[in-house]
Amino acid sequence: MSELLLDPGLVVALLINFYILTVTRLKQVVYGVALQGVLLGLLYPVAHAGFLPRGEPHSLETVTTLRLIGLTVAIVVIKGWIIPRFLMKAMRIADVRSRLTSTVGIVPPLLMGGFGTAAAIVFSRSLPLAGGHASHLLIPSALATVVCGFLMLSTRREALGQVLGYIVLENGIFIFGLLLVEAVPIMVELGIVLDLFVGVFVMGIIFNHVSRAFPEASIEHLSSLKE
Amino acid sequence: MMLLLVLLPIGAAVVAFTVTSNRLRPWLLPATGSAHFALAAWLVPQGEQWMLNRWLGIDPLSRMFVAFISLLFLLLSLYAPGYFRARMNRNNRVLCGCLLLALAMMSLVTLAHHLGLMWIAMEATTLATAPCVYFNRNPRSLEATWKYLVIGSVGIALALLGSFFLAYSMLEAGSESTLLFDDLVEHSHTLSLPWLHAAFVLLLVGYGTKMGLAPMHTWKPDAYGEAPGIVGALLAGGLTSCAFLCLLRFYHIAHIAHDDEYTHRLLIFMGLLSMGTAAVFMSRQKDIKRLLAYSSVEHMGMLVFGMGLGGLAAGGSLLHVVHNGLGKAVLFLAAGNIHRAYGSKSTDQVQGVLQRLPWSGWLMLIGFFAITGSPLFGPFVSEYQILSGAFATGHTTAGVMFLVLLLLVFFGMGNTLVRCSFGPAPDTGNATDSSGQRANADSANNSNGQFADNFAMVAPIVLCMLLLVWLGVQTPQFLQQWVHDALEFLQRTPDA
Repeated sequence: MSELLLDPGLVVALLINFYILTVTRLKQVVYGVALQGVLLGLLYPVAHAGFLPRGEPHSLETVTTLRLIGLTVAIVVIKGWIIPRFLMKAMRIADVRSRLTSTVGIVPPLLMGGFGTAAAIVFSRSLPLAGGHASHLLIPSALATVVCGFLMLSTRREALGQVLGYIVLENGIFIFGLLLVEAVPIMVELGIVLDLFVGVFVMGIIFNHVSRAFPEASIEHLSSLKE
Repeated sequence: MMLLLVLLPIGAAVVAFTVTSNRLRPWLLPATGSAHFALAAWLVPQGEQWMLNRWLGIDPLSRMFVAFISLLFLLLSLYAPGYFRARMNRNNRVLCGCLLLALAMMSLVTLAHHLGLMWIAMEATTLATAPCVYFNRNPRSLEATWKYLVIGSVGIALALLGSFFLAYSMLEAGSESTLLFDDLVEHSHTLSLPWLHAAFVLLLVGYGTKMGLAPMHTWKPDAYGEAPGIVGALLAGGLTSCAFLCLLRFYHIAHIAHDDEYTHRLLIFMGLLSMGTAAVFMSRQKDIKRLLAYSSVEHMGMLVFGMGLGGLAAGGSLLHVVHNGLGKAVLFLAAGNIHRAYGSKSTDQVQGVLQRLPWSGWLMLIGFFAITGSPLFGPFVSEYQILSGAFATGHTTAGVMFLVLLLLVFFGMGNTLVRCSFGPAPDTGNATDSSGQRANADSANNSNGQFADNFAMVAPIVLCMLLLVWLGVQTPQFLQQWVHDALEFLQRTPDA
């Protein structure tokens, strides 16, 4: 059952990567990132169930179940609701332009994203998988998502665009964490702690005068420091 | 008791945030620094100790770091009251509070024996120090803070991915996955090598970003350039050393997994690359603080270079953590004083420092000779040890490159610092930095023309310098013992 859900879910997450790299309207990117976050939140219990030893009845202890439900809700709420709301608020307050711009255009990052995804699939073949793991797509999609996030982070001019790229990168790491949900449960919480940075970035944009100092909150204005 | 090393500064930070007096608040720093140091001085000689199911502990490797971070903070905190008096026009609540939080989190990094806890503490140091970089509240410091946060957070994220890889390498090997270093070390010989390789690269890039190794060093010149001198010194001497300790933990795991050849080659390469990058950017560098930032990149390169060589050179690296930290304290604090007096940190305006600020000027100049490895100072001892280690282990080419890069850095750094030290000082002192915008206009308003060397802002630097000379003349017995024990710990296999 879980294998049936996990792989398509990951494929959708990969498609969202490309969607985010393609669209330039800030709102659409925020929606894309939020959707990816919710999807990952929902994949978490699926992955959990998928990694239980085969053949045994899928019964979880009460504590584990509660933790599972709690974390799922937390991830969905944080990634799908709080952060997107926060981003929208930052857009309004900092009066950010509604379109993102890229330092190298839209097509090159998209092509590199495609190339990165292919490379991730090839590279992950060289890494042995632990027995019993349901999906062979987890590692390549994790790496591909990290690559796409990094591309967005490094090519978008606007501060908010960089933050969105960072969230995608973080989602990639979260996907990898799905491999470890059984073995090292605390990894999920660690992934959530990473969201702290996003919060700080956005607060930085809202409160720390990125808007005041630079009317468009574009990091292009942040380029007086160089050799 | 060990937990107090973390809780004490956190408590002090809470007090700092609640105290309303801008004049009294900075005194919290030396008070906390002294208490922290006293505590560390009492705990560290007691040998190995553990708490919270071995999540926290002082082992032979971390012992040196716990003691050094505490000492460095104490020395820097002595400078703080004088500095904040000179900058009374700014609210120092956030800076004081965040410096204390940074001490707490750096202590936590040194004590943590759990991969996740260490990672969280490292993330927290980034968050705690970012507001410190933004102390001057001008567009330049905002840009520096943004870069620091973005690059730092990507580094931290990659370090997390590396930690995931490491945990998975254990799972793949069929062992029960764990994040406790002791267990990881115990099972290291069973780890899956392909995963371990990938993990080490990610961890090196991740924690290397926090250390400021090239090519992930780009945040460093900006952050160090715009942050107050005291923050620069804490980042260059303390935070980077913590990141180095994190790397050493994984170095240890890789060693036991019999993966030395791979990790050593990587470390030697990264070390030389960082030194080379620093040498290039230091030549013709006009900004004093940026120059010091590149010097930090260079010395971080030396640290990993020495670890890559192993043996004698690794001992030199560990010793260099202390020497580099003290040297950076001298240089950054002196540079801070000079910046105060001239309202600029560019050699276009900063001229004749020895005439205008004899104490800070001479300390800066002597600090330069010290950090570039001149005899009589601590760094000479450790750099010599790294170099002889290189030749002793047959890494002749790497050793020669190390020597050439040291020379290049000496000339590059000397060119800038000698130029601004000698010659006549500008008479009026109303220097304005054409590129400096508000930052320098600000400092020009509040200090220019009036700032002179004073006891409170010079004595702590002299103290650091004296320590550096002491360490250059002889390495004290206890420090030798610590380095020896740390090396032995890094070489120890679990069965031994």
